[in-house]
Amino acid sequence: MSTNKSTKVEVKNLTKIFGKRINKAKELSRQGKDKSEILKETGATLGVDRADFKIYDGEIFVIMGLSGSGKSTLVRMINRLIEPTEGEILIDGENLMKMDKKKLREVRRKKMSMVFQNFGLLPNRTILENAEYGLEIQGVDKDTREKKAKDALETVGITGYNDEYPDQLSGGMQQRVGLARALANDPEILLMDEAFSALDPLNRTDMQDQLLDIQERLHKTIIFISHDLNEALKIGDRIMIMKDAKVIQTGTPEDILTHPANEYVEEFIENVDRSKVLTAGNVMIRPMTINIEKAGPRLTLKMMKANEVSTAYIVNNERKLLGVVDANDVIKLVREKKGDITPIIQTKVPTTAEDTPISDLMDDISQTGIPFAVINDKKQLRGIIVRGAVLGALAGNEVSDFE
Amino acid sequence: MNSLILGSIPELPLAHWIDNFVNWLVQFTGFFNAITNFIGSINNAFQWVFDLIPIWLFIVLVLALTYYVNRDKQNWGLLIFEFLGLLLIWNLNYWRDMTQTLTLVLTSSLIALVIGIPLGILMAKSHVAEVILKPVLDFMQTMPAFVYLIPAVALFGIGMVPGIVASVIFAMPPTVRMTNMGIREVPDELIEAADSFGSTEWQKLFKVELPIAKSSLMAGVNQSMMLSLSMVVIASMIGAMGLGTKVYFAVGRNDAGNGFSAGLAIVILAIILDRLTQSLTRTRRKN
Repeated sequence: MSTNKSTKVEVKNLTKIFGKRINKAKELSRQGKDKSEILKETGATLGVDRADFKIYDGEIFVIMGLSGSGKSTLVRMINRLIEPTEGEILIDGENLMKMDKKKLREVRRKKMSMVFQNFGLLPNRTILENAEYGLEIQGVDKDTREKKAKDALETVGITGYNDEYPDQLSGGMQQRVGLARALANDPEILLMDEAFSALDPLNRTDMQDQLLDIQERLHKTIIFISHDLNEALKIGDRIMIMKDAKVIQTGTPEDILTHPANEYVEEFIENVDRSKVLTAGNVMIRPMTINIEKAGPRLTLKMMKANEVSTAYIVNNERKLLGVVDANDVIKLVREKKGDITPIIQTKVPTTAEDTPISDLMDDISQTGIPFAVINDKKQLRGIIVRGAVLGALAGNEVSDFE
Repeated sequence: MNSLILGSIPELPLAHWIDNFVNWLVQFTGFFNAITNFIGSINNAFQWVFDLIPIWLFIVLVLALTYYVNRDKQNWGLLIFEFLGLLLIWNLNYWRDMTQTLTLVLTSSLIALVIGIPLGILMAKSHVAEVILKPVLDFMQTMPAFVYLIPAVALFGIGMVPGIVASVIFAMPPTVRMTNMGIREVPDELIEAADSFGSTEWQKLFKVELPIAKSSLMAGVNQSMMLSLSMVVIASMIGAMGLGTKVYFAVGRNDAGNGFSAGLAIVILAIILDRLTQSLTRTRRKN
């Protein structure tokens, strides 16, 4: 994550109660009654209860929860499609709640665009006309808006369909058009309401990758609603988990996985396919290393005995990985009284980068005997992955023997 | 029993009140004359055009229009039917009557549309308007159409105009209802999409709601047109000229032959109008 985080959106005490006896419901919720009790007593539905959070510039902020948790209500309050009962929404420090209709419209036109679960494309308009919609209502002239819409369609990888109609495209492609329509305005904030939930799994993965791709180029602030924790963990820089109108936990994917706030979150993450979330960096352990410029065969053997390992990783002064040595070969060298271990270094060591998901390594790890060496882009050894640690991590245990 | 309970209550002078109301309205002669002139001039404009066009050209124009609105999927059967049907009307010497009836239908449909669509939009947007308009529409549609003739004559005299007014009242409800329904049935997500991009209320109406409600709106227009066509015989009783007059006279003379042939001409006209407006209902694609 970026080091200097500036706040893009700040939400304070945001509450939405649907129904008639709002004040009574508010009172009950202050007394700590939960959503179902309030509904029973007042007939009012607690949509979102006193949500407080900040969203930083350029991050993907995922709001996670099951249906009825209030996540869709929450995102609709951020652009005031749903009028909050109380609370504040600050965008770049400006209070959205104090804006009149005209000012609000300006913010919706220039600052934030929304992508919908069922795409929200206008069936009577062509793909190009759909992508142009946001610009058209701002009164942008035909040539400019056509150009911008075409650029946006190209960004999401839809070309050659300009004159088709939405129902002639597959779901995945329609949602790309939805995304293009949102991007054509060049907004600073993207609100994505279960944007990929209506797509089949393959298409969904595709779109997630594409969103990350686009984000790398455009650096928008993205507020993404999802009920799929795997999706949240994959694309989210930070995740906020909601349940029954309340915010339960906010944190990075790793925070959530390693320190679930309560049983609910714990239960939630139990079903996660951790292999897709955990990376090589998460499960690597400290290897036993020998600096070739300091140690000869004798010292190497001594250190290996002390650490009870049969393989040692050989590095140079810059911690650059040179290879591994086997204990038997070292013993042979000591017997032959030779002073250099270079000839016995095996350079064929499987390596991987820190951010590789474990799922990509699973097959290789189970097949090769030698642990994977995790190296950075300077070829420096960062750690190794042993089978036991991977299985432990997948089972939910923390890998603790690495600082 | 009834007489026991109700015996003590005198009969309500409802008819008398309504008479008073109509008599009260009659004093605004200037206002109603202006409306009469206005509607009359629309009617005359249509009639003037129809009288100007030679019959053969008229038939060609109807066929061309049908061909044009069905350009995606040609309906040859309809074209043949229209050609033969119009020839038959010509042959039976009902041509002028047919154009008079067409004029009445077009004028009253046009007025029903101009008043009905905005009312339907209002009804879709405002709960209060819906609550008020719904019973009014029910009343307009269920009240026997003959009844409208009485005040219509008092206020607009006799001739085409009171016939048109009665037709408008009777035929307008479907347009209002279907416009209302069409707009209310626009998917929420599309409304949200329009709002989230910062559309004004008018932009939302013209760029999203009306285009999407178009097919149900056109279905309403189609129904209104058919209902106003069903009024032509009734309207002929107060002097609206056309095929209706022929039917009305035939009834008076117990003349089944002429009655049916004029009736057949109305059926032909109805089918042509119905199929044409139905073709407009279908959503059209550019490619």
